[in-house]
Amino acid sequence: MIEVIYFSWIRERIGKSSESIETRAATVIELIEELKKKDVRYSEVFSDLGSFRVAINQELANFDASIIEATEIAFFPPMTGG
Amino acid sequence: MHISVQNEFFDFSKEIENFSAKLDNIGALVTFTGIVRGQKSKTLDYMLIEHYPGMTEAQIKLIVEETFKRWKICDALVIHRYGKLEPGEPIMMIATAAQHRKEAFEAAEYLMDYLKSRAPFWKKEILNGEEKWVETKSADAAALNRW
Repeated sequence: MIEVIYFSWIRERIGKSSESIETRAATVIELIEELKKKDVRYSEVFSDLGSFRVAINQELANFDASIIEATEIAFFPPMTGG
Repeated sequence: MHISVQNEFFDFSKEIENFSAKLDNIGALVTFTGIVRGQKSKTLDYMLIEHYPGMTEAQIKLIVEETFKRWKICDALVIHRYGKLEPGEPIMMIATAAQHRKEAFEAAEYLMDYLKSRAPFWKKEILNGEEKWVETKSADAAALNRW
């Protein structure tokens, strides 16, 4: 089981801040493809890879990164700190 | 190194006083404070800042450690708030202490550029009941390229 966490407008559009997901996906992009099949909210949120970022176990990662060791994956828009 | 991610208001002059009291043999102290705009213009009711607890602290620590590697600084301070912030309130502050001003200024700029685009905070602005997530400016992402 992987804990998937959503922030900012991604959390608002999906309608939840986190969920536990059983997956066979090996990479982030495979997980995204699985999520997109869940329903239209997910397919809309994840339609443009340029509009969001991903962190695996609280570290920034690329979409082709392995999630085999992942316990926590977060999706969020580009950060606006400072 | 002092890092604080907090909801509470902070008084930047007190923070600088505490930070500089522990320093020894420095010749330069640079500080920056980010403030919520719209105090008089009424262009903002309030701001909400969301963050990723755990990753936020770890990510800021990485950024500060990298700053220490790149510049000869003696110490650094980062305070960043989250939650509901009113116009005029401080959002965040940084301070860098070094023997010379060039290092202190450059380290402060580097810290700010990275905190803007690499620390997991998301700002939302609320005006007349309408909510709007703040979008990243392409200039902010481009700013990282100069380092």
